[in-house]
Amino acid sequence: MSTPIVPVTAGTPVDDVPASGAVLGKISYRIPITYAVLAGAALLGLVGTMIGREGAWSQTTEFQSRYGDQWFTIPNFSVPSLLTVILLTVALLAAAVYGYLLTSGRKAVPVWLHIVVGVAFVLAFLTWAGAGKSAVIPVTSLLAGALALSVPLIFGAMSGIVCERSGIINIAIEGQLLFGAFAAAVVASLATAPYLGLVAAPIAGALIGALLAWFAVSYHVNQIIIGVVLNTLVLGLTSFFFSTLLADNSATWNARQPLGVIEIPLLSQIPIVGPVLFRQTILVYLMYATVILLQIMLFRSRWGLRTRAVGEHPKAADTVGIHVNKRRVWNTILGGAIAGLGGAFFTIGSGLAFGREMSAGNGFIALAAMILGKWNPTGALVAALLFGFSKNLGNVLSTIGSPMPSQILLMLPYVITIFAVAGLVGRVRAPAAEGIPYTK
Amino acid sequence: MTESTTPAPEPTPAATSPAPEEDPRSGAAILRKIVGGDVVISFLAIIIALVIGGVLIAFADEDVADTITYVFARPTDFLGAAWTAVSDAYIAMFRGAIFDFQADTFNRAVRPITESMTFATPLILAALGVAVGFRAGLFNIGAQGQIILGGIIAAYIGFAFSLPPVLHLFLAILGGALGGALWGFIPGILKARTGANEVIVTIMLNWIAVYLIAYVLTLGKFNASGTGLRSPQVGPNAAYPPLIPDFLVPGNTFRLHWGFVVAILATVFVWWLLERSTIGFEIRAAGANPHAARTAGMSVGRITVLTLVIAGALAGLAATSQVLIDRGSLTAGVAATYGFDAITVALLGRSRPLGTFLAGLLFGALQAGGTLMQSVTSTPIDIVFVVQSVIVLLIAAPPLVRAIFRLPDPDAPPKRARAAAKEAAA
Amino acid sequence: MKLELQGITKVFGPLVANDHIDLVVEPGEIHALLGENGAGKSTLMNVLYGLYDPDDGQILLDDKPVTFEGPGDAVRAGIGMVHQHFMLVPVFTVAESVALGYEPAGPGGILDLGAARRKVEEISERFGFHVDPDALIEELPVGVQQRVEIIKALSRDARILILDEPTAVLTPQETDELIKIMGELKAAGTSIVFITHKLREVRAIADRITVIRRGKVVGEASPESTETELASLMVGRSVNLAVDKTPAELRDNELVVSDLTVLSGSTPVVDRVSFSVQGGEILAIAGVQGNGQTELAEVILGIDEAAAGSVTLDGKELLGMSVRERLRAGIGFVPEDRSTDGVVSSFSIAENLILDLYDTEPFARGVSMNLGKVAENAEFRTQEFDVRLTDIQDPISTLSGGNAQKVVLAREMSRPLRLLVASQPTRGLDVGSIEFVHKRIVAERDNGTPVVIVSTELDEVLALADRVAVMYRGRIVGIVDAREAGPAGINRDVLGLMMAGVPLEDAVQQAAGHQSTLASADAAADGKDLT
Repeated sequence: MSTPIVPVTAGTPVDDVPASGAVLGKISYRIPITYAVLAGAALLGLVGTMIGREGAWSQTTEFQSRYGDQWFTIPNFSVPSLLTVILLTVALLAAAVYGYLLTSGRKAVPVWLHIVVGVAFVLAFLTWAGAGKSAVIPVTSLLAGALALSVPLIFGAMSGIVCERSGIINIAIEGQLLFGAFAAAVVASLATAPYLGLVAAPIAGALIGALLAWFAVSYHVNQIIIGVVLNTLVLGLTSFFFSTLLADNSATWNARQPLGVIEIPLLSQIPIVGPVLFRQTILVYLMYATVILLQIMLFRSRWGLRTRAVGEHPKAADTVGIHVNKRRVWNTILGGAIAGLGGAFFTIGSGLAFGREMSAGNGFIALAAMILGKWNPTGALVAALLFGFSKNLGNVLSTIGSPMPSQILLMLPYVITIFAVAGLVGRVRAPAAEGIPYTK
Repeated sequence: MTESTTPAPEPTPAATSPAPEEDPRSGAAILRKIVGGDVVISFLAIIIALVIGGVLIAFADEDVADTITYVFARPTDFLGAAWTAVSDAYIAMFRGAIFDFQADTFNRAVRPITESMTFATPLILAALGVAVGFRAGLFNIGAQGQIILGGIIAAYIGFAFSLPPVLHLFLAILGGALGGALWGFIPGILKARTGANEVIVTIMLNWIAVYLIAYVLTLGKFNASGTGLRSPQVGPNAAYPPLIPDFLVPGNTFRLHWGFVVAILATVFVWWLLERSTIGFEIRAAGANPHAARTAGMSVGRITVLTLVIAGALAGLAATSQVLIDRGSLTAGVAATYGFDAITVALLGRSRPLGTFLAGLLFGALQAGGTLMQSVTSTPIDIVFVVQSVIVLLIAAPPLVRAIFRLPDPDAPPKRARAAAKEAAA
Repeated sequence: MKLELQGITKVFGPLVANDHIDLVVEPGEIHALLGENGAGKSTLMNVLYGLYDPDDGQILLDDKPVTFEGPGDAVRAGIGMVHQHFMLVPVFTVAESVALGYEPAGPGGILDLGAARRKVEEISERFGFHVDPDALIEELPVGVQQRVEIIKALSRDARILILDEPTAVLTPQETDELIKIMGELKAAGTSIVFITHKLREVRAIADRITVIRRGKVVGEASPESTETELASLMVGRSVNLAVDKTPAELRDNELVVSDLTVLSGSTPVVDRVSFSVQGGEILAIAGVQGNGQTELAEVILGIDEAAAGSVTLDGKELLGMSVRERLRAGIGFVPEDRSTDGVVSSFSIAENLILDLYDTEPFARGVSMNLGKVAENAEFRTQEFDVRLTDIQDPISTLSGGNAQKVVLAREMSRPLRLLVASQPTRGLDVGSIEFVHKRIVAERDNGTPVVIVSTELDEVLALADRVAVMYRGRIVGIVDAREAGPAGINRDVLGLMMAGVPLEDAVQQAAGHQSTLASADAAADGKDLT
């Protein structure tokens, strides 16, 4: 129909390819330094403390993978402690050197190397902790506990993603988890039906989400402020009712109503991971579904495209007829519901009655997981699992007794999170319009 | 929106219409400003919060629950029970916070107000730290951890050494401030160097501090008792002297101590820092617009570190008011929930020093009153959290409060004049 | 489609942005809406596009009154708009951007990106746009981003297309291409409303011109009107378009930049740039937005870090110094984005006037500030720079763009300067403020200060510069002496070609063989002016 228009670079442009001698940027050695720190910690803290020990070479560490009834199990096995720790430390050192070489050659460090380093360090640590002990290291139950600790974190992180991708900062995850836990426990107890609790929890969370959205969108109140205040509000409300109604008549109001475990045939028989992943309550399966669905919907669906547009450039979304504030309100309510559902894990999901301040800061850690996961469902999943694992590692080791004081072990996950936030990830890119109220 | 900033040709409605714009100095305008302004909004927010708290108290009261079964038959029983529950609770709160009119001696009657000030001291100090952070655009959620660290060091100096009066207290206070400052320095340097989000880092540091204090209490000198729960008591020279000296009142039971004076001094200092010093200028500039601050030659990273160090030091001072007291010692609960309450206090005070001071007094009163209320009625102190958070939520959204009470908006021109302007333009 | 606006009025608080505006756009017409910055053009178009609700008046399409609740309604009615600041999500692909709001989707709302991609390819091919549907928006040059915006509008069957200052980000050659595209759209029956404050463009492009000033229509003009006529209609008085300046008197003090490289990640955004500016002359850095000028200016001040090279001022190396040390060394800096980098909008006018002097005498002694001196300074400076204000303690956000820029200028010129760097010093200002700012900059040069101006506006470059350096993709394509500018030597066409990366000699040759549409229009008009 028409003559094509000449490309933008008319004429003979100057060479685009940088000539030799072009200046290259400074190399960031953050990753190899992190590796080296881990390797150094293993060398001094693990090998160093063992090698002088009497009979160190003859000590062994025993691992156990059996967990509940299974068709076949891998028998417990032992490894020579010192030798294993030394080998793993060497592997860590090698990884640090390899990482350095890659980085100095301006190549990207592959993801598998992160995994190798992580696994090697954890194994070295476990071997060290179990050296010469009669107690075995329960690998499978370690993982199962890690998953359990991660469930509310994962729901919380997904909640954060749904809200923040649309531009609303949800600091109230903590409150939504707590209110979800409360509503699930009370409703399940009153109705003596745990599955009704499963319905109540997201509604409670959504309520907090709606409050957050209302103040943020209608009154333009700073979203971090509303979040912090809502957390206090929920803490006050639930604690108040806990010490009055729930305490006065706990048999009616706060009786334990555990969700039943549903075992998936065949899949639950896989050694080690089978029982961990597929012998769970419906809540955990809902968690899997939420992550998968969110990952797909966020990047492949109309809802996801509009949500991201509203969070990145609300005005652009408005100019194509998308109702920015409506979308934000609904996403925040949905996010609240997801977090509320996660809160149910504390009570009906774990078979416990409601307790004061049950969410215990999980909402904030979920927030950290979301940031570490770069606002991606799978990334946040990995970060939450990492946190759950390190937390459970601390728990398990402090019970089987390790050479390290238990308080220091329990500190570990929080230290690791700081490391991860400052070291490996560094400056991450949040949705551009996050926290900014939209007005025309 | 550069388009909308040009001054338009002024259609002067005053000249053409019979209903000119009101003179802003006229009585009606002044009244509207007062009625719609900050003070009234704050007052009304407190009223609403107390009403909501009252509803909750009535809801959870057993006598009220008994009457609700026959509420339609005899509604007066229900209303009477509810009234009794709520008024009992709030009267107890007043007696605990301000003035105990049932007390038999004057000392006992005025003691509550001094208790409120005692409770307010750590809140004010920690909240000042949070407020300084807010002004620099930093969300310092870490007051809790900063208090703990301040407490550890202040207590150590307090019990491990034996020094002359004044000097010992001074050094212990300084130690507390340093401990808090250290815990503020970590998120500061991490944010400045790596861009690590301070919200996350301070939250993590709170947890680390919780485990750290549990660990420290099991260590040698701290664990003289062997229980791992409580450090030895601080020396008498390291304790804040009572503010109301013994020679003035016989049978002195007042707990209020010189820590409150420290809180007042800190308030004045923070005001000077923010409003009258170059450091405050930098903090405010970096908080309002870090890009412009950098272009103007300020080092935003340095400001971040400095701000969080100051914030931490103030939170550390809060710890001294808990540890450096008569027979005071370090326990794992040294920070109670002061660090988190401080955030709400700073928000309520709109991050202004005087506002934060007053908000701290209010929350201190609620704490003191709530404590008595919990002991003499069946209402748990947790209701105070609800009241506090509702107050802050409402104050953050003045249009909501105005809508509830149908108050005029002081910023909007009155409807009459606006309609006239439209007419004149037509 | 015929568009008619009747008595459109839009009021923001005390400000009447649009005051009973009437406008008729015939089908297949290119109608220019001419007015200076702040005249109310964009407000009017945002009303038309459903973004603002008018306080009075109505919109008619093909003589039928319509009301728009939001942009969705306007789009459905056949109105498309290309905003001055593109409405594109940087992290989306072209296909996603075009699909947004009108997504082809299957069951469960799963996107059919294939369909979106085909739509982009189809329109792109029909008009010869050369746009890759899978490219990320943030990686595209602005010229291409603009085409994406046009594709967006066309994909929704826009029959009235609003282009808001579309040439602000383009090279003259790209502008030519845009004009061609507009011609084709017109031939296909699309009506175009073309918003601009650039006089030369309207004469080359428009069928009819409506001029608005301070929110009111002040007249219609034909494209045959002279620039002077249009200018006086637009501003309301006769304006002196040229800047009065004497030939440069060079001094010995100078800024020398050599082999300067700035990296973003690992790609150079400023690539081995060398130039020098002597006292008493103005060097203008010309080029299309995003070719490294911003970074060059910022690295001189020290906000960006240089990877290699050197910057010396009067023989002293600047690299390695902090921003503060450089400011103390006598650099005056007017940032490109005033509201982001130049002022703290919640601070008072007085505080903004000492934003980079707050810790120096007499405003501070030690760490204690002297607010009396701060206020005194503000009174003095605002008078000196004719800043219109009510109170120096008001937040600077209460000032108009022009007055806020005067505050920035007043601050930067309130200390003895050894170098002035000004980026886009007049962006978004009204003509009166532009004249004032230009005068002050020339006065600084006449004081013997080396001046570096970064500007994407060729008019401004030609008005101010003694020498012009053109940047393209981080490199300096060539430096030309502005005194040689003229039809025979370095003209608009040559600079335009250089802005597209063509080296100086080639550009001169090519320009001799082919004149751009705008230049031809100029020539024609010049001829007419003479007669």
